[in-house]
Amino acid sequence: MITIFYFAGLREAAGVPQEQAELDGRTVGELLEWIGGKYPHLPLDAVRVAVNEEYALPEDVLRQGDTAALIPPVSGG
Amino acid sequence: MKAYEIVTEPIDPQKYADYVLRPEAGAVTLFTGHVREWTKGVRTLYLAYEAYVPMAEKTLRQIGEEMEAKWPGTRASIAHRIGELAIGEIAVVIAVSSPHRKDAYEANEYAIERIKELVPIWKKEIWEDGTEWIGDQRKKPDVPAADSGANE
Repeated sequence: MITIFYFAGLREAAGVPQEQAELDGRTVGELLEWIGGKYPHLPLDAVRVAVNEEYALPEDVLRQGDTAALIPPVSGG
Repeated sequence: MKAYEIVTEPIDPQKYADYVLRPEAGAVTLFTGHVREWTKGVRTLYLAYEAYVPMAEKTLRQIGEEMEAKWPGTRASIAHRIGELAIGEIAVVIAVSSPHRKDAYEANEYAIERIKELVPIWKKEIWEDGTEWIGDQRKKPDVPAADSGANE
């Protein structure tokens, strides 16, 4: 099981701040496909994924207990 | 206070300037970014910032390490506020000290540019007739900067 976090506009569009999913052993790219299938209206084009608070690559593999955060374009400052 | 932190209360910039000051430092630059009322003719009532707090603090610290590697002898401290901020309030403070002023100026500007590309913080503008989450505001070639309600 992994935990997925949604922030800002993605949180509002998904309707949940976080959820759990059986995506152990899947890649970050596959996670995005799974999310796109579940929430077809989410704008995922410019989204980066952070795994355990570090920016991840599409080929990185998710493990049991990981947290994956969807990071839409940031606008701090 | 922590040297790199996300806070929910009003920011006192002097705390961060004091933190970076030390006997070797001949210069301190202190940047504060504020909530701006008017952007391209649209009036902002207030801003709401959200962050992925643990990762945001980690990436702020990473930016500090990058600055100390690029400008040896500098010391930095950065805070960003989240929650609802009124016009004029401080959203971000960056304090940098260095033996000579040039490094403190350059490293300070580097920090705000890196914050805008790396740190998981999001700004929502609240107007009289609507709201919007603001996306990437960095300047791009051939495209006017998508300027919006906080500093710059």
